[in-house]
Amino acid sequence: MTSPFLLAFLPELVLLAGALVLFTVCLGESRARLARNAAVGVAAAAVLACIVSLGARAELFSGAYQVDAFSQLLKLGFAAGFGAIILLSGDLPDIREMIRPEYFLFVTLSITGLTMLVSCVDAISLVVALELSSFPLYLLVPMRREREGHRTQMEGAIKYIMFGVAANGIMLFGLSYLYGLTGTTHLGPMLALLKPVAGTPLAIAGMAMAFCGLYYKLAVFPFHFWTPDVYQGASNETAGLIASLPKLGAVAVLVRFVSLATPDNTTIAAMLALLAGASMFYGNLVALVQKDLKRMLGFSGIAHSGYAMMGFVALSRAGYAAALYYAVGYVLMILACFVVVCRVSKDGENVKIADLAGLHKRSPLLALTLFTGIFALAGLPPFVGFMGKLGLLTAVIARGHLTLAIVAVINSAIAVYYYLQVVRQAVFGEAGADPTPIRLSVPTRILCAALIACIVAFGCFPEAVVGAIARSLTFVS
Amino acid sequence: MSLSEANGGLPLLSILILGPLAAAAVAALIRSERLVRWWTLAFTTASAVFSLKLWSGFNPDTAAYQFVERRAWIPSLRIEYCLGIDGLSLLLVLLTTLIAPLCILASWSAIKTRVREFMICLLIMETAMVGVFSALDFVLFFTFWEAMLIPMALLIGVWGGPRRIYASVKFFIYTMAGSIFLLVALVALRLKTGTFYIPDLMGRPYDPAFQCWIFAAFALSFAIKVPMFPLHTWLPAAHVEAPTAGSVLLASVLLKMGTYGFLRFCLPITPYATHVFAPAMLWLSVVAILYGGFAALAQSDLKKLVAYSSVGHMGFATLGIFVLNPKGLEGAILVMLNHGVTTGALFIAVGMIYERLHTRELGAAAGLGKYMPIYAFFLGVFCLSSMAFPGTNSFIGEFLVLCGGFAHSKLLAACTIPGVVVCAAYMLRMLQRVAWGGTKNPDQSGLVDLNLREILTLTPLLVFVFWIGLHPAPFVRVMHASVGHLLEQASRLP
Repeated sequence: MTSPFLLAFLPELVLLAGALVLFTVCLGESRARLARNAAVGVAAAAVLACIVSLGARAELFSGAYQVDAFSQLLKLGFAAGFGAIILLSGDLPDIREMIRPEYFLFVTLSITGLTMLVSCVDAISLVVALELSSFPLYLLVPMRREREGHRTQMEGAIKYIMFGVAANGIMLFGLSYLYGLTGTTHLGPMLALLKPVAGTPLAIAGMAMAFCGLYYKLAVFPFHFWTPDVYQGASNETAGLIASLPKLGAVAVLVRFVSLATPDNTTIAAMLALLAGASMFYGNLVALVQKDLKRMLGFSGIAHSGYAMMGFVALSRAGYAAALYYAVGYVLMILACFVVVCRVSKDGENVKIADLAGLHKRSPLLALTLFTGIFALAGLPPFVGFMGKLGLLTAVIARGHLTLAIVAVINSAIAVYYYLQVVRQAVFGEAGADPTPIRLSVPTRILCAALIACIVAFGCFPEAVVGAIARSLTFVS
Repeated sequence: MSLSEANGGLPLLSILILGPLAAAAVAALIRSERLVRWWTLAFTTASAVFSLKLWSGFNPDTAAYQFVERRAWIPSLRIEYCLGIDGLSLLLVLLTTLIAPLCILASWSAIKTRVREFMICLLIMETAMVGVFSALDFVLFFTFWEAMLIPMALLIGVWGGPRRIYASVKFFIYTMAGSIFLLVALVALRLKTGTFYIPDLMGRPYDPAFQCWIFAAFALSFAIKVPMFPLHTWLPAAHVEAPTAGSVLLASVLLKMGTYGFLRFCLPITPYATHVFAPAMLWLSVVAILYGGFAALAQSDLKKLVAYSSVGHMGFATLGIFVLNPKGLEGAILVMLNHGVTTGALFIAVGMIYERLHTRELGAAAGLGKYMPIYAFFLGVFCLSSMAFPGTNSFIGEFLVLCGGFAHSKLLAACTIPGVVVCAAYMLRMLQRVAWGGTKNPDQSGLVDLNLREILTLTPLLVFVFWIGLHPAPFVRVMHASVGHLLEQASRLP
C-alpha cells in the first residue's frame, strides 16, 4: 500500500515552500516581523502537513527515501519542535537587525534537512540531508550581534564548522568502506550483505567511522569539543535550536545505522558502551564547575547523549525505542531550560547561573518551567526524564551490561549536584542585582505551559509515545 | 483480592492519594492567604477523618493486601497502578494522614511568606507519603519515593533557617544518591521476574549472590532514609534548618519510609541476604542507639537534640526488624508509630519555643515552665514518652524490641541498655532546664502560654501517647497477621 507522492512528501514540500516564501521575504529590507510571522505560519502548516501525512507509506526516489511510520512520527516531532523554536526565538534580540529574516530562513532550511534525514535509507541521500540540516546551523552561529571585544560567536562558528566538516569526512570515509564491502549504498540491502562479514575488522571500522558524523551531532565524547564554545558563542536562541532538534535527528538516524550491526556484535556494543560511559563522566564532571548556564547545559548535554547511547549499546529494539523516547524527552527538557535562558537574558547576553537568583520573584512561570526542566533532566519522577532513564536502564541490563547501568546511575547522582545549584539560585535564592520582574509575551506563556504539560504528561503516561515509537521500528529485526 | 465489600466499592487509597493533589491544584487558584490556610486545614482534616475508614474496614485476621486497586498504567513496560495495604502499612498510612493537619496547624503563624506555595508543598508531600506506603507496584513506589524529595527539599530550602540551602541540598543529594541504587535493583528484579508487582517479587528462589546485590542496593537507599549510622549526617542539618512542619514530616513520616522499605522489600524479597546481613545491620543499629543518645546528650540546640534522639530511636526500629522474631518486628512497627507521634510532638513543641524566643538554644529557654505551665505539661508528657516511660506509647514499642533483642542475643540487647539510660538522661536534662531551669534563668515573664490552636495541635498526639501506652492491643492486633506472614517469608532460605 503506497500513498500518492504528494501526500507522502507533503511535510517536506510545505517546508521547502515555506523556505522559498521566507527567501522572498529576505529580499526586502528589515522585514523581521513579517519573516517571523511567515515562519510561524510555516511551522503551523508543517505541523498540519505532518498530521495529514502521518499514515503515509511510500518509497520515493528509487528507494532512497522511505516514508514509514517511523519517519512520519519523527517528522511530526520536528514540525512541533520547529514551532517551539520559532516561539522561543521571539524577537531575536541578539541577531543583527538586518539579517533577522535570514535567520528564520536558515532555521526553516535546517528543519527541512532534519525532516528529510529521518526518511533517508540510502547513504548518499542521508549525507545530503545531514548537510542540509547542518549548513544552515553553521551560518546561524556567527549571526549573533557583535559586542565590544567579544568575538566568541566567531570562535564558536569556526569550531562548529571545522569539527562538523571533519566528522562528516570521517563519516564519508567509513561509508566508503561499507560501500566497498557490499557494493550498495542502500541501507536495506547493505544490512543483508553486511551480515556475513559483520565481524570483520573492515566492517567494524567502516561502521565505527560512519557513526562519527552522528556522534558529532549528538556531541558524544570525543566529538564534543565544539559543544561548550558553540553554546556560549551562539545567541541563546541558536543554542536552543542546536541543543535540541539535531540531537533527536542524530538519534533517529543512528537507529537506522546501528541496526546494521547484528545484535550479537560485541565489538560495536563495547565501543558504544565505552563512548557512552566516557560521555557521561566527562559531561557531568565538567558541568560541575560551570558558571555559565549555557555552558553547563552544553556539558550536561554531552552526558545526556551518553545516556541516550545506552539504548544503542543494547542493540535491541527495546533499546532503540528507549533511546528515541529519551531523545524526544530531552528535546522537551532542554527547550524548557532554553526558554528560561532566552527570557532571563538581558539584551541577549549570556546567562550566568548566578543571574537566575530570585527568578521565582521575577517570573514565577519561568521559575516553574526551569524547575520542571531541570528536575526532568535530573531524572526524577514523575517527569519524562525518569521514564526515559528507566527504559534505557531496562534495555541495557536486559542485555547484560550491568556495569554500564551502574556507571549511568552514578552519573545521575553526580548530575543532581549541579542541577540543584540551578534550582537553588532560581527558587531558593533572593533576588540579585536585577530584581525587576520579567514580562512574558503570550506566545512565551503558551510555550512554557505546553512544555511543562508535555514533560509531566510524557512522564506520567509514556505509553502512547513509547508504544508508537516501538511499533514504528518495523525495520529493526 | 478485588475491592473489598467493606469500603462500598470506593477506591479509598486512590482518594487519599489523589485527593491532596487535587486540593493542591485548588489551593493554587486561591488568592487569599487566609483562605488557603483554612482550605488546606479543612481538606487535610477531612482526609484524616476519611482515612479512618481504612481502620474500620481493615480485616486484621489476614495478611493479604486489602483495599487493593489494580489498573494498567504503562502496559508496554508492564507497569501497573497498583495500591493496597496490609498490617505493615496501615498504621503508617493513618499516621501520615493524621500528622498532615497537625503540620498545618503548627505552621499557622510561623509561615508568613509564600503561604500558598507552602501549603501546596505540604499537600503534595501527603500524596507522595500515602503513595509510598500503599504502592504495590515497584515503579509506582519509586515514583512516590522520589516525588517526595522535591517538595521536602523546597520546604527546607525556601522556608527553613539560616543555613537552609546547604541543608536542603545535602538532604537532596544524600537521598537521591541512595535511591538511584534502588532504581538499579528495581530494573534488575524486573528483568529477573518479568514483573514490577511487589507481591510477585516476593518468595522467589533468587540465587544467593543476586540476593546479596539486591539487598545491598535496597539497604543503601533505605539506610540513608532511616537514617542508620553512619549515613545519618544529613539528618541533623535537615532537621535544624527545616521549618516546624518540615521537621515534623521528616521525623514522623519520612524516616519511616526507610524502615518500611526494609519490611516491605528486604525481608520478603531477599530473605537469604537478610540473614547474611542481619548481624551487621543489628550492630549498626546498636551503634546508632548509643551514638544518637550520646550525641543528643551533648546538644544545646533543642532541635538538634531531638534530631539526634531520632537517630537513636530509629536504631531501635531497625534493631527490631533485624532480630527477625515476632516480638522484635511488632515492636519495630510500634516504635515507628510511636516515634512518629512523640518526635513529631517534640518538634512541634520546639517550634513553639522558637516562635516565641526566635532561638532554639536550651539556655535561652530555661525556666519557661513558670510562665507557660500548659506548655510545660505537654512537653513533660512528650519527654517522658520519648524516654519510654511506662504508661506511654514508646514504652510498649521499646519493651517489645528489647524482648525480641534478648531472645535473639543477650549480648546485643545488653549493649543497647546504656542507650535507654542515656535517652532518659538527655530528655530529663532538657525537661528540667526548660520547665524549671536554674537560678540564673533569663527573664521569661513576657511569654504567653499556649493558645487554643497550639493546644489543639498537641492534644491529638497526647491522646495517642496514652492510648498506645495504656491499651496497645488494637494496634498490635492489626499488624499481627502481617508480621507472622512476613516472618514466614523471611525464613524461606534457598
